[in-house]
Amino acid sequence: MSTAEITEEHNDVVHDHPSDSKYFQIALILGVLTALEVATYYVDIGPVLIPVLMVMMVVKFFIVAAWFMHLRFDNSLFTKFFVGGLVLAVAVYVIALSTFEFWSKG
Amino acid sequence: MSHNKLAMWVFLGSECLLFGALISTYLVYRGRFATGPAPGDIFDIPFTSVSSFVLLMSSLTMVLALSAIKRGDLRNNRLWLLTTALLGSLFIGGQVYEFTTFFREGLGYTTSPFSSAFFTLTGFHGVHVSLGILMLMSMFISSLRGSLRKEHSETVEIIGLYWHFVDIVWIFIFTVIYLVPSPTS
Amino acid sequence: MTATTPVEDVVDQPLGVYTRPRGGNGWRDWVTTVDHKKIGILYGVAALFFFVVGGIEALLIRLQLATPNGTVLGADMYNQVFTMHGVTMIFLAAMPLSAAFANYLIPLQIGARDVAFPRLNALSFWVFLAGGIVLNLSWVLGGAPDGGWFGYAPNTGIVFSPSPGMDFYALGLQITGVASLMSSINLTVTILNMRAPGMTLFRMPVFTWMMLVTQLLLVFAMPVIAVALFLLAFSRLFGARFFDPSVGGDALLWQHLFWIFGHPEVYILILPSFGIISEVIPTFSRKPIFGYPFMVFSGIAIGFMGWGVWAHHMFVSGIGPISVAAFSLSTMFIAVPTGVKILNWMATMWGGRIKFSAPMLFAVGVVSMFTIGGLSGVTHAISPADTQQTDTYYIVAHFHYVIFGGIIFGLFAGLYFWWPKVFGHMLSDLIGKVNFWVMLVGFNLTFGPMHVLGLQGMSRRIDSYSPGFGFELWNMVSTIGSFLIALSIAIFVVNVIMSAMRARGQAPCGPDPWDARSLEWLTPNPTPVHNFDEVPVVESLDEFWHRKYGTDDDGRVVRVATAEEVCEDGSAVGVHLPSPSFWPIVFASGLPFIALGLIFNLWLTVPGGLLVVMAIYAWIFEPVDDPDAAHGDHDDHGGDEVTADTTEEAPVV
Repeated sequence: MSTAEITEEHNDVVHDHPSDSKYFQIALILGVLTALEVATYYVDIGPVLIPVLMVMMVVKFFIVAAWFMHLRFDNSLFTKFFVGGLVLAVAVYVIALSTFEFWSKG
Repeated sequence: MSHNKLAMWVFLGSECLLFGALISTYLVYRGRFATGPAPGDIFDIPFTSVSSFVLLMSSLTMVLALSAIKRGDLRNNRLWLLTTALLGSLFIGGQVYEFTTFFREGLGYTTSPFSSAFFTLTGFHGVHVSLGILMLMSMFISSLRGSLRKEHSETVEIIGLYWHFVDIVWIFIFTVIYLVPSPTS
Repeated sequence: MTATTPVEDVVDQPLGVYTRPRGGNGWRDWVTTVDHKKIGILYGVAALFFFVVGGIEALLIRLQLATPNGTVLGADMYNQVFTMHGVTMIFLAAMPLSAAFANYLIPLQIGARDVAFPRLNALSFWVFLAGGIVLNLSWVLGGAPDGGWFGYAPNTGIVFSPSPGMDFYALGLQITGVASLMSSINLTVTILNMRAPGMTLFRMPVFTWMMLVTQLLLVFAMPVIAVALFLLAFSRLFGARFFDPSVGGDALLWQHLFWIFGHPEVYILILPSFGIISEVIPTFSRKPIFGYPFMVFSGIAIGFMGWGVWAHHMFVSGIGPISVAAFSLSTMFIAVPTGVKILNWMATMWGGRIKFSAPMLFAVGVVSMFTIGGLSGVTHAISPADTQQTDTYYIVAHFHYVIFGGIIFGLFAGLYFWWPKVFGHMLSDLIGKVNFWVMLVGFNLTFGPMHVLGLQGMSRRIDSYSPGFGFELWNMVSTIGSFLIALSIAIFVVNVIMSAMRARGQAPCGPDPWDARSLEWLTPNPTPVHNFDEVPVVESLDEFWHRKYGTDDDGRVVRVATAEEVCEDGSAVGVHLPSPSFWPIVFASGLPFIALGLIFNLWLTVPGGLLVVMAIYAWIFEPVDDPDAAHGDHDDHGGDEVTADTTEEAPVV
């Protein structure tokens, strides 16, 4: 990195942090989502169960990563490494599971 | 940018591959329980939901600890660090209770491919949580000794990243392993 | 400790209760060093030692197979020898030798004084060494691993491999894997964060780029084999049911996990070598690398695509026609970026004023031998053809052409090229040329015939073959070739010794003996402990070259400065360097106890665990070398003459 870049990113502790009350709100949302997830154990929603669970899981995942882990506000390189690892893992293991006919035979 | 922070994110990227392998192993084997109980018979969703919620809330207390030390509030930093460690310990306690219950119900480590895969996956996660608790308590003690001050907030941040990651992995595990309906015998 | 600070090593006063060791050149210095250059040398020495060990294992294999129904090794011993040959060569020779170059050169090529985490760097070396020791202890503690380097379960489970050998395999490779992972994180952060002012990513030498891709591959691939090894270890040690077919354990699970790691691993092995020759070929062609962006992007492409081909190692394992077809296609595609590189190296040489010094000979050897290996690789990609080729010596031929022809020749090019930088004297070029030709002939005699043997039906991984199949001639030729290879290595050792003796009492060789292109040659030879007197400011690719050469009004290249004018003299004093530390080697010393404890007696894990935990806490609490680092941790201060960069995370106390 050039000296200019270094000085710019010297302070990757960025200026907008969520406030504590914002963090509480986020935790509340996470709690509600968890409650909804658990509700699917008690309430039969039919074939949309798995897609719904997946969506809620991804949303929770994203919220924790983006806000609690501060990825949303930080240098995008961090996001690239994390998302890179995630995407690679999902791709590679989904392919491997496919050879086990996981999606049809479980 | 900070070496330590970048290193932690690179490490977390690699951990995705680690847990992915363990989760895939579980998924391949979840239906293979020739001996012993099936997952659908033995999981206690209500119980695990509570411990999952506990771990999720520990992420909240973790960011509150970071927020405190960043504004120089060392006392609240300590409070939230300790709370995070306690919530994590509660989670581990729940895991221990869950495992011993399963064991009494006939699911040992070597009972079946399902059992080996289940205990290995959750065991690895539990070890990660435990190491996190160790680091949190180390920071707590350092803070008591006056050695964890505002200028050291990055240390709290980085251990926080690790902690949140471990929580995220559990978000994944809880949904995919517990909530998605499992085979029964 | 008494404070006698040698003039060359300025080390800060230690703070607090723990003192950090001093610099110097005795054995204590080597054992506590955190200097990337010394660590690089340590890796190189260890790797060359293990290369000889693996070579002896190879000679034993060749002696056994020279004649039908050979009697040199019994079947069980053969299994151990061929397994350890593979494990040693890949994990204890090739990877560490690449690590040697990475550690020594990356900071120098990017204009830095050290890596991002110097103590972690030392830890990686000592942990690697601990793993190599654990693996080789197996020979005398019940038998070496005997299930092949790829360790296919359930063959490697406790039922079919009852000796402790595969336990040593699982634990030993787990240890070396941890070393690789730590090192890859370290070098990734170093390359991304510590480049000199003006060195954008696209002004980095191709070597550093290839190393960056390699580190990223390591970061993501090592955890996969870690899991595979855990599953194997838990199965063998604790009775886990992962690979027990009688209860539903699946052999394919091992294969997938192993090869998801294993295929990126072969790119981890080859990319450093590609990087090395991408420096050597332009230097000895007196031309810049042809198509620099293509070289970079093809390296990145190899890194990505390498993740999508792994099941070509599993074509006959029963994964089904759809999977086989998909992986067959992806495997054909991956030849493309490598082909781009081959063409670019050739285009670099085309029209250049080529000098065939020893490094250049080895580099051209890489281009040609790897091409041959790549061509046989393409034939494997065609899955119906592979059905005949797999598990025969045709495959053995392929991978030795790419591994030996590609990796080893490349590493030797690097040794000859950078020897003056590291040691301050040249290796004899004449002996080097003899080294090359004997190695080239020996190598081709050893592995060329294996193509024929394989297509004629000779199985791999067999301890002997019966007479009457027509395998006798080429096996004998191959064995003779292997001894020629051994001779070439002996010639190399002679070169090392004679060159060192000749250089004794002489002044070190002058700067820039090869008229090279990249920043590491800016420093005198051997490199001073502080690297650069002044952190360089970079204005172009091949920065060093452009300080020596400009263009005249007619656009012709003219020399504008001599090496003596451009190069530094190494005389800077008062440069802060990271302090040495005991704790890396202490940490590593606990690991063999843990491994042996898990295999033989759990009590042994206690002292091992204590050493590890104690080392971690002592590490955290030992004083940082630079008191200023306690305040904020901003690590790169490029451009200053005397700077305290490369400090590590501030300890909590």
